[in-house]
Amino acid sequence: MTEDAARSEAPALEMRGITKRYPGVVANDHIDLDLRRGEIHALLGENGAGKTTLMNVLYGLARPDEGTILMDGKQIQIAGPSDAIARGISMVHQHFMLVPVLSVAENVILGAETMSNAVFVDRHEASRRIGALAERFGFDLNPDAKVGSLSVGQQQRVEILKALYRDARVLVLDEPTAVLTPNETEEIFGLLRRLAGDGRSIVFISHKLYEVLEVADRITIIRRGRVIGERRPSETTEGELAELMVGREVELTVDRGESHVAGPVLVVEGLRVADDRHHEVVPGATFEIRAGEILGVAGVAGNGQDELVQALIGLRRSTGGKVTLAGRDVTGFSPRRMNEAGVGYVPGDRQRFGLILAFPVYDNLILTSYYRPPFAHGLIRNDSAILESAAAQIERFDIRTPSARASSSTLSGGNQQKVVVAREFDRELKLLILDQPTRGLDVGSIEFIHRQIIAKRDAGTAVLLVSAELDEVMEMSDRIAVMYRGRIVAELDGRTADKSEVGLLMATGGHEQATTQEEVRA
Amino acid sequence: MSGADKSHLPEARGQSAIVRVALAAAQPIAEPLVAILLALLVGAIGIALLSGLVPGHSALDVGLPIAAYGALVQGVATPNGITSTLVYATPLILAGLGVALGFKAGLFNIGGRGQFLMGAVGAMTVATTVGTSQSSYIVIPLALLAGALFGAAAGFIPGFLKATSGAHEVVTTIMLNYVFVSVTYWAISGPLALPNAHQPITADVTTRNAALPIIIPFGHDGHLGILLALLAVPVLWFLLYRTTLGFEIRAAGANPDAARYGGMKTNRLIVLTMSIAGLMCGLAGATTIMGVVHQMEPGYDTTVGFDAITVALLGRSNPVGVLFAGLLLGAMRAGAQTMQIQAGVPAELVDALQAIILVFLVINVLRRWLDRRAANPGTRSSAGVDAPQAAEGVA
Repeated sequence: MTEDAARSEAPALEMRGITKRYPGVVANDHIDLDLRRGEIHALLGENGAGKTTLMNVLYGLARPDEGTILMDGKQIQIAGPSDAIARGISMVHQHFMLVPVLSVAENVILGAETMSNAVFVDRHEASRRIGALAERFGFDLNPDAKVGSLSVGQQQRVEILKALYRDARVLVLDEPTAVLTPNETEEIFGLLRRLAGDGRSIVFISHKLYEVLEVADRITIIRRGRVIGERRPSETTEGELAELMVGREVELTVDRGESHVAGPVLVVEGLRVADDRHHEVVPGATFEIRAGEILGVAGVAGNGQDELVQALIGLRRSTGGKVTLAGRDVTGFSPRRMNEAGVGYVPGDRQRFGLILAFPVYDNLILTSYYRPPFAHGLIRNDSAILESAAAQIERFDIRTPSARASSSTLSGGNQQKVVVAREFDRELKLLILDQPTRGLDVGSIEFIHRQIIAKRDAGTAVLLVSAELDEVMEMSDRIAVMYRGRIVAELDGRTADKSEVGLLMATGGHEQATTQEEVRA
Repeated sequence: MSGADKSHLPEARGQSAIVRVALAAAQPIAEPLVAILLALLVGAIGIALLSGLVPGHSALDVGLPIAAYGALVQGVATPNGITSTLVYATPLILAGLGVALGFKAGLFNIGGRGQFLMGAVGAMTVATTVGTSQSSYIVIPLALLAGALFGAAAGFIPGFLKATSGAHEVVTTIMLNYVFVSVTYWAISGPLALPNAHQPITADVTTRNAALPIIIPFGHDGHLGILLALLAVPVLWFLLYRTTLGFEIRAAGANPDAARYGGMKTNRLIVLTMSIAGLMCGLAGATTIMGVVHQMEPGYDTTVGFDAITVALLGRSNPVGVLFAGLLLGAMRAGAQTMQIQAGVPAELVDALQAIILVFLVINVLRRWLDRRAANPGTRSSAGVDAPQAAEGVA
């Protein structure tokens, strides 16, 4: 593919000197980007670097202040998304624009219906064409399945199918892997390669270094609205890309040092938890975490980790079993009592559980302690104490915000997570429960949060780390527990565990099957 | 976590502090102001189009709207007009604060009508039973308290239903309005009816030591309830922004999941908030009966409970905003008669204006709600949870 891309002469698409200013900031500062036929071009940059603005310009959602766009060497104006689609430019957003109650075929033709006459949609023709497309690119999709019944990965393929149905020559994918499992990620990469092989050009937006290295033919790095550099995967390393992206040297691997493990802090015995539909998704979890160690829970998303964590923190009732914290029975404690017992918790979905986005930063920093002195005396809030503590935490945790009074929704994802981390870490803790603590964050923020976790561990806190990122679990954990269908099927030493072994346990629960084994190793 | 919203992020940082403060100050007021101005404009067009129906005016008389609005202002800008404005505004502010508090907690209280009526019945019950034997120093506080408690009970019920069974408050409050209208009818034609009267009617509060004293010496009915409404504004403001309970209410409204995670008992908050909202509407009913209406017939009813929704929306659920919104709608009612007499434009025009204001406000509420939907298509919250937040404009 790389050779093919190099051979083709005129770029399929060229953006020259694109500048987009918003009041007080230059989101895109004379960005040049060219896209060859049959190439997967990664756009790498931290959150807020200007990747999305640039793609919005391409898709007609934003009008550039300066610069030109050329397609096949001819200058074009893109007035809006429909104009972009008509020119063969399609975008797959991170959040899918699908109608769950309609079938795959109906979703695909929505807005581009094939009419049998002036009134009726020709479903047969549509279904036939979609079937042919799906077959050609190896989509595993039934055109008549309802979209609502599909997995996230399949829904994403419907989005891509939509673009192909509109004969997209240029396909922009905005962080397509953020919502996918490792297996689905592999599948989507295979699909992208087939599309590129078909002569289509793909823009792949990401801030995950290893993905970009794996799938891209070329990588353009953007920082603060400017193109910082262009690399080929064969000529660069994760370290160099991170440095270009962040603008300083970044430690990609955690120096976790020696752990000094003491007695057990959290003891979980036969904990049973049901999900919202009353299915028992954790049929009996037993494990313990000792002071000063990190227990990482590895598992494919949806194997009961969310429910387990929610039950531990008191957001979900357990249906059986016992939880002991530092010798004290805390089974069935409410979130507040767990908090008061010395448990910190970073929820997996920070925008849903961790933060009230509409509230200012200082209110979010006291979300779990607002009722306690010094932040309140009885019913009355003490705003000066709240602001004072907020200022100190913003400083200490390097939260980039215009002020403590700024609405949390204006912060970047990394800084939002730092608010949660500041709130949960900044006191003496017996136990720290971390659910996907770095999901969707840029490398700089990940590095920061990992260091904070290690510091907490070294201070003698027991840490439970749940993550869908196997690399994170492997790097951070002193011990690794593998969760499969609600059970802990294996416990491994974090320093000696083998990644493929853990991956296999995640996929099969230890019951090896030839087919799944192949998948994991692939 | 889409990059789309992040790319605009540094925008806010780049602005100078002065611009930011000015924008922050203007932004919440701008939307209600535009709604009011647009409503006045639509009203003016309506008057001009129908001017032929007003004696002495030709069709399409563009002078008539100006004359009508002029008369409206004239009607307000007199000592009597100011008193009437305050009298009209009092229940709107009290009930508006109740509805606004619900919005803050993510609750859409449409039960103002029933809660108002229960407050009226509560006050009248005290007047009827205690009023003959006790002095007004005892009867008036007792009657106000009873009105507040009756209203709170009327708000408690939908709150309790929502907390225990998840029954949506929009549905239950609307249904309960019918219940409370009937309860009012029964109370007035039964236990509260004057014995030996030709038709069922309650006693006059003035004869039962329950009439609110007049505190404004000019105009009509400048009663003590006005002071109560004006005092309720800082009290509610303090409750919302300076207490832990207010923090919990706002948190539960803005993000119930995060509130739960923060250790708040969201179900208890729902019950409490609905009760306080009912209490405010009940006070509106009690002061109206004790200060203005004085005597109730079985069919007694008002639109205050619904007008309060407009007031809360116009005031963007902020107590200070509710004060100004209540005063504005009160002034429109106070000036309506003068407008009818001087310009010949029917007093009902102000109802139309109020309705048009509401339409423009709701358009914006919907737009915000849709914007938010577009921004987070994955959100699982129902319209009922989102809409009040959008109404409040916290996004």
